[in-house]
Amino acid sequence: MGSAATAAAAGTAPLVAQGTSPSPAPINLPVKMKVNGKPRELKLDPRTTLLDALREHLQLTGTKKGCDHGQCGACTVIVNGKRINSCLSLAVMHEGDEVTTIEGLGTPDKLHPMQAAFIKHDGYQCGYCTPGQICSAVAVLDEIKRGVPSHAQADLTAAPGATGEEMRERMSGNICRCGAYSNIAEAMADVAGASA
Amino acid sequence: MKFDTPAGANPIDTMTVVGRPHTRIDGPLKVTGLAPYAYEHHKEVESPAYGYVVGSAIAKGRITNLDTSAAKAAPGVIAVVTAEDAGKLGKGNFNTVKLLGGPEVDHYHQAIAIVVAETFEQARAAAGLLKVDYARAKGRFDLTEGLKTAKLAGGGDSGNEAKEDRVGDFEKAFGEAPVKIDVEYTTPDHSHAMMEPFASMAVWEGDSVKVWTSNQMIAWGHGDLAKTLGMPKEKVRLMSPYVGGGFGGKLFLRTDAVMAALGARAAKRPVKVALARPMMANNATHRPATHQRIRIGATKDGTITAIAHESGSGDQPGGSPEIAAAQTKLLYAGSNRLIAMRLAELDLPEGNAMRAPGEAPGMMALEAAMDEMAEKLGMDPVAFRIKNDTQVDPAKPDRKFSQRQLVRCLETGAEKFGWSKRQAKPGSVRDGKWLVGMGVASAFRNHMNMTSGARVRLGSDGIVTVETDMTDIGTGSYTIIAQTAGEMLGVPAEQVVVKLGDSSFPVSAGSGGQFGAANATAGVYAACVKLREAVAQRLGYNSADVTFKEGKVTSGNRSASLKDAGRGGELVGEDKIEFAGLDKAYQISTFGAHFVEVGVDSYTGVVRVRRMLAVCAAGRIINPVSARSQVIGAMTMGVGSTLMEELAVDKRFGMFVNHDLASYEVPVHADIPHQDVIFLDEADDKANPMKAKGIGELGLCGVGGAVANAIYNATGVRVRDYPITLEKHLEKLPEVA
Repeated sequence: MGSAATAAAAGTAPLVAQGTSPSPAPINLPVKMKVNGKPRELKLDPRTTLLDALREHLQLTGTKKGCDHGQCGACTVIVNGKRINSCLSLAVMHEGDEVTTIEGLGTPDKLHPMQAAFIKHDGYQCGYCTPGQICSAVAVLDEIKRGVPSHAQADLTAAPGATGEEMRERMSGNICRCGAYSNIAEAMADVAGASA
Repeated sequence: MKFDTPAGANPIDTMTVVGRPHTRIDGPLKVTGLAPYAYEHHKEVESPAYGYVVGSAIAKGRITNLDTSAAKAAPGVIAVVTAEDAGKLGKGNFNTVKLLGGPEVDHYHQAIAIVVAETFEQARAAAGLLKVDYARAKGRFDLTEGLKTAKLAGGGDSGNEAKEDRVGDFEKAFGEAPVKIDVEYTTPDHSHAMMEPFASMAVWEGDSVKVWTSNQMIAWGHGDLAKTLGMPKEKVRLMSPYVGGGFGGKLFLRTDAVMAALGARAAKRPVKVALARPMMANNATHRPATHQRIRIGATKDGTITAIAHESGSGDQPGGSPEIAAAQTKLLYAGSNRLIAMRLAELDLPEGNAMRAPGEAPGMMALEAAMDEMAEKLGMDPVAFRIKNDTQVDPAKPDRKFSQRQLVRCLETGAEKFGWSKRQAKPGSVRDGKWLVGMGVASAFRNHMNMTSGARVRLGSDGIVTVETDMTDIGTGSYTIIAQTAGEMLGVPAEQVVVKLGDSSFPVSAGSGGQFGAANATAGVYAACVKLREAVAQRLGYNSADVTFKEGKVTSGNRSASLKDAGRGGELVGEDKIEFAGLDKAYQISTFGAHFVEVGVDSYTGVVRVRRMLAVCAAGRIINPVSARSQVIGAMTMGVGSTLMEELAVDKRFGMFVNHDLASYEVPVHADIPHQDVIFLDEADDKANPMKAKGIGELGLCGVGGAVANAIYNATGVRVRDYPITLEKHLEKLPEVA
């Protein structure tokens, strides 16, 4: 790599061949879904993720964008009863789906038990991963109840329990850089009626 | 309020609100998703346009051509701004490298353009249509190479003189010492990797600009944004009511705020910008890698007679060293000492402060070296540390520590953790397939005094409101400020409204260097003293003997409700805490001890942390709930830096390769066991009227050493090249029976 060499390279983020002529304006597509119990109709650029539909189009900014690549879990929401990374899912794929976000779990005046437990056990610090942690935590306890197996189980056919190890394994897709894990485990155990 | 003599008795000592465990007053907003972060101010800003920042694809060289025509013609695009059309920009006082590159490029992923469009999807797609030609130049990316010719650098508490820091005759004493070690440790580059990306939303009103951003130090960011844009400070307003983590990465103005302002000016629309996660590690700052050499000499009874700590790190031209050897000036006794730091010029991204700069990597080396020395002496590592405690600054023996309970931290921790069960011989405890070990380390970090201001209002409705530009980056500032004002004015914390993070408020210490909590609350204390005087005056009381308790203001046999005092119109107290002298007369520091138990899989070498305990002595603990969370969070980060965190340098292309959260590994739930924290009951009257000191970084200082020492105790293999990933000790593990 001598100084005389000329490297031609595109800007680094987008994976689009440089210099190609721009594509025509995309046609927005309609999508209907139920968000926190309310029917919502949107017309969206098909590239819009469920995450951006919630944050930018429905202004439900409780769901957070930490990485936009399915690496951090901050965007976790519950779709048809199961948790997903909303950044890895296009909004138009959710026709007819029921989406629950952190705003749908509870409000300051009427907290969901998991939200109350996070406050009680200080299961957060900066708060940015918190909505995703709480949505995941609620869904994890439900997964355990439904008998969905996990890597932490010695016997995959046995019913999983709400043990500290089980909850920590299942929560490991939700990163908390402030490091509130020990407290989050306490909060979950409190709600599950178990010990962390 | 000038703080120049030790604090006497004051209303904080009552500790009816301060010092009591209090859940966060901002908690209900955070757990329901209603706390607005920088990118989320929909209520204040209608239909902002979206900015997408493009980073340089080379680390060093020049942009020879930047063709924006295709991007500008793309659907929805409103504006494209590059260095060519941004106008003349300054460089912030706190930035080593400029925040918009071009035509010269200083590092990989330095911002070179912003594309503004109607939607995020359009801006991102159009960003891919920029055609950039570069002339790549040779850069310096190899720290080992750079350190061969690196010059001495200043840093640390002794100022910026570029010289070795010497006491006595180190070489002679080390040469004569009957027991000695001479070891080298390396620590890699670390990324802050806070969960909220760098984000800003900019709104122009005439020739003024208002920016919501995610920043730890409002006054620094405010001044530097004005300077960068070439505007008077009065025309710039910066706001950060909620900050999704910082760890030092958001101490300074960063490119998101500058590009949002430039994009909004060009688009004639409010613009919001969030840095894409894969750009963060190379675009922003990081904790620089270090190469450290530690030499310790002692007599046979374990008395240190000679100690030397040298550290080398690299940074961009004009940057500063990672002051990894600084703590060794103060932590242990020893009459012959040598401290030196060297700085190599590199063309990697800008190195700068990350949580506990200096101590975090420095004590990963020092505390492991202390463990090595204890073993060589045949001493217990707790006893070796206790033996070498010092109650004075070793370089200035008449300068005492204001308070130093390191020994008590070590003793308390040893007892609570069950240290007596530790086997001194490494590799001798097994639990099934697990090799089990225990490790200890001291924790140490200086407390810093910072000027800090606040304004406290008593409304005609009786409501107390605090305004300060202090930030809450997860540290719990909202709550401890409410507790402080509550204690001073005799109301519960719940009845105090706290407004933070706005450059239109009085300038505070800000959040960094574990100086936030103690100084910001001391500033609130000073403002409350002013407000108490105003209240007393309105009620016609002699302010000297007034008490504020349970909503009542009492003087002698006269009493009125605080609400009544406000009834005649709002009363305001504004002041700042300023410091003089005491931190020169005394060394004001914080102390602790970390105890860790690990299991190492005897087949695979995988390390699992099983138990962790920190004992901390850091002055008065204002809120045990959030202080404990600061410590466990720091312990978690320490596990990360010991076991997994490493920005891998591509020395050919000059960048950190693993620049996202999948490849830059940080601890997850499954990596962290239950953690215990004990606070010693303290109040340091030399620190400030709160008698409080920092805690947020103490928890990180030393914990890496404790984890490393536990691994050694489990395996008998000493890894001196962090992080301790399994391939570094797997081959040398004891034979599997």
